[in-house]
Amino acid sequence: MAVHQFDAVIVGAGGAGLMAALQASQSARIAVLSKLYPTRSHTGTAQGGIGAALGNLETDTWEWHMFDTVKGGDYLVDQDAAEIMCREAVDTVYELEHMGLPFSRTPDGKIAQRPFGGHTKEFGKAPVRRSCYAADRTGHMILQTLYQQCIKQGVTFFDEYHVVDLLTRDGAACGVVAVEIATGDLHVFHAKAVLFATGGCGRMYKITSNALTLTGDGMAVVGRRGIPLEDMEFFQFHPTGIYKMGILITEGARGEGGILRNGKGERFMEKYTPTLKDLAPRDMVSRAIFREVREGRGIDGKDYVHLDLTHLDPKVIREKLPDITDFVETYLGIDPSRAPIPIQPTAHYAMGGIPTNARAEVVADEKNTVFPGLYAAGECACVSVHGANRLGTNSLVDIIVFGRRGGKQVGEFVKKASFTPLPEKPLEQTEARFAALKREGGGESVFEIRKDLQEEMMDKASVFRTEPDLTKMLQIIGDLKSRYSKIHVKDRGTGYNMELLEAFELGCLLDLAQATVTSALARQESRGAHYREDFPKRDDANWLKHTLAKINGQRVTLSYKPVSITKFQPQERKY
Amino acid sequence: MEVTFQLLRFDPLKDRQPHWETYRVELEPTDRVLDGLEAIKGQMDGTLAYRRSCAHGVCGSDAMIINGRNRLACKALVKNMKEPIRIEPMRGFKVLKDFVVDMGPFFEKYRAVKPYLIEKEARPQKERLQSQEERERFDDTTKCILCGACTTSCPSFWFNAGYVGPAAIVQAHRFIFDSRDGGAEERLSVLNNQEGVWRCRTVFNCVEACPRGINVTRAIGEVKKVIAKGGR
Ligand SMILES: Cc1cc2nc3c(=O)[nH]c(=O)nc-3n(C[C@H](O)[C@H](O)[C@H](O)COP(=O)(O)OP(=O)(O)OC[C@H]3O[C@@H](n4cnc5c(N)ncnc54)[C@H](O)[C@@H]3O)c2cc1C
Ligand code: SF4
Ligand code: FES
Repeated sequence: MAVHQFDAVIVGAGGAGLMAALQASQSARIAVLSKLYPTRSHTGTAQGGIGAALGNLETDTWEWHMFDTVKGGDYLVDQDAAEIMCREAVDTVYELEHMGLPFSRTPDGKIAQRPFGGHTKEFGKAPVRRSCYAADRTGHMILQTLYQQCIKQGVTFFDEYHVVDLLTRDGAACGVVAVEIATGDLHVFHAKAVLFATGGCGRMYKITSNALTLTGDGMAVVGRRGIPLEDMEFFQFHPTGIYKMGILITEGARGEGGILRNGKGERFMEKYTPTLKDLAPRDMVSRAIFREVREGRGIDGKDYVHLDLTHLDPKVIREKLPDITDFVETYLGIDPSRAPIPIQPTAHYAMGGIPTNARAEVVADEKNTVFPGLYAAGECACVSVHGANRLGTNSLVDIIVFGRRGGKQVGEFVKKASFTPLPEKPLEQTEARFAALKREGGGESVFEIRKDLQEEMMDKASVFRTEPDLTKMLQIIGDLKSRYSKIHVKDRGTGYNMELLEAFELGCLLDLAQATVTSALARQESRGAHYREDFPKRDDANWLKHTLAKINGQRVTLSYKPVSITKFQPQERKY
Repeated sequence: MEVTFQLLRFDPLKDRQPHWETYRVELEPTDRVLDGLEAIKGQMDGTLAYRRSCAHGVCGSDAMIINGRNRLACKALVKNMKEPIRIEPMRGFKVLKDFVVDMGPFFEKYRAVKPYLIEKEARPQKERLQSQEERERFDDTTKCILCGACTTSCPSFWFNAGYVGPAAIVQAHRFIFDSRDGGAEERLSVLNNQEGVWRCRTVFNCVEACPRGINVTRAIGEVKKVIAKGGR
């Protein structure tokens, strides 16, 4: 067993992890652990942009941005945190530009901005140009730029180290266990502080925009150590995924003027959200598509609709949406300036995750008690700035703002803190887990269980939910878990034993699906992305609160905590 | 439809030499080659190893030789491939297992060209201004996803592993032609030597290999010109 010691370890090298690393490494000895080479992280796939009220093309203010964020999140947003995010967004975007991010530019050389779903001026009056972008590869440029800065700053990376456990002692974090993928060796990282930035868990669904590696490892690892996961029932379905594949077509396509049409060729969003139409928030557009399909108005009666860009200037499509043009050509053989794109809602973003405060410190109970030495930022965390439904461009803001805050906080913390000793047997849990996966005689396979989980979650716990479906889903998860205990990993090798690591990832997905469905079943109302057909109204009297789902072995137990409301009182959400 | 794959398998713990194995899997014509690999690994042989993540051509994990050409497995559709679909690891790097190669040397060269903005002047309060034309000047090379397909398709690199390689030059180009950057000279000193741009013999393999459609040879040519002129 190799033991390394650092002031802090950061798990994950996407936007959140790298931003935290840039901050923390200024004053502390840190290591960044990532199961992927940093530049492979899923931040690199973000297309549309990062929201900040720069006001480069028209008047804009952070208050309007905050209002949109709160309303978009169906008032489940913690408003103190949203205020911080929307204020700091402006400076953070300038900081990214200073680091070299090649933003697209306005004619007078400023950072270009475009409209995006749910972003408005004057508290909801009309769409506003707030999304700062670099063509349709904003995330790619963010990831590259941050990695470049890390190289410049000499940040220490452990690439292709897969973290499988969090180590705690006496109620404080003291490190992690990681598998060195190239050799299969287990490493213990002893640290005063651990920051998780491991991204989302979209792979619990069949149709998803998320990478094959987005399996929620960080959330599961932390959850298994007794820290409850917050608001897991809120999972965002993005309206425009390429039919059957789930690959994302950015909302920027609608920002540039794209229109959704049903099988009759109608612009159906006019009916549902007359003011913002196609640029309404994602939860609403996704539900509208499901409704159209259900009522027989899908294309040829099937389960998809069209995203129509054919009326746009082909030059706009080529210059502002080059990557999605390439995806559509590659995977569908379609030229988007000539033919409409078949799309369906795709599992996109986990609003829930590891609960934190606005300093990215993990808070472990209903009273927001800080868990010493433990931090989280980015999609794996729940601050909560997205509430029940995230607005487009707000995740990139989140990862940068709270990645930076987390990094700073870690830097401060390790100056004063001392090392908590490692537990007596730091590898105990990991070894037991892997031994079970390698045990002979089971005969179940990762592939089959994962496929069943993804299909069933898509069917029973996606855009529309009901009590019978969710109850059934819990049973199914129970069955899948007992099948999981009979998994037999055949690869006996050590280096690049991807079968073993995928089995580990599947275990994470199963735990997270259980937390998601348990939370969804309990919440008897509809809010943001969580839509219960049997409770179609939002119910502030009973449900204006955050869910906390604690994973106890095979069971998940729930508790709740209040929402922070500062500037904006809950109102009905109309667009 | 049933699709036949031939994979060049190699596990350093078991095999002295790489060897071909044949697999047949059920796939849709619109499936990616990556879907084929996932099916083989999931249903037939879990020991198969390769890297992948995004599955739509933007993370740069899964460059490999597919039917003789460097491509991303997630961007090659089964219906466009001749059968059997033959897959080998990228050429020129040490093979660690099956299609997983050691990317260490690749990233070392990337780091050597100082792939970060070297700021000319103090940071203003807001953004630095850059005209649309200035921004356009280096747009092509900002697309690079560091997949390695160009470098490992280059004969100059096969014969001389010391060559900094097209990918690193693309990265240097991205900064040298950025109006905000002041580090051209530092970078050019790395590129203007035996292992630098002059190894490029304009074979154009890299252009054909690049899954992002970057005109790699043109970028290298532009860097050569800057060196010849002694600065941008
Ligand atoms: C297709 C797509 C388009 C999007 N477009 C936009 C957009 O336009 N605007 C916007 O605001 N948001 C967008 N989003 C959302 C946003 O991109 C993500 O939420 C955000 O980038 C997540 O960043 P992150 O740093 O939290 O995680 P990621 O970038 O996903 O990084 C996770 C990191 O954790 C590492 N990791 C994970 N598990 C482990 C483990 N067990 N051990 C070690 N390392 C581990 C990974 O290697 C990786 O480095 C988009 C998302 C998708 C999928
Ligand atoms: S230039 Fe193209 S082929 Fe070369 S590393 Fe970059 S993306 Fe890959
Ligand atoms: S898996 Fe990301 S490029 Fe192919």
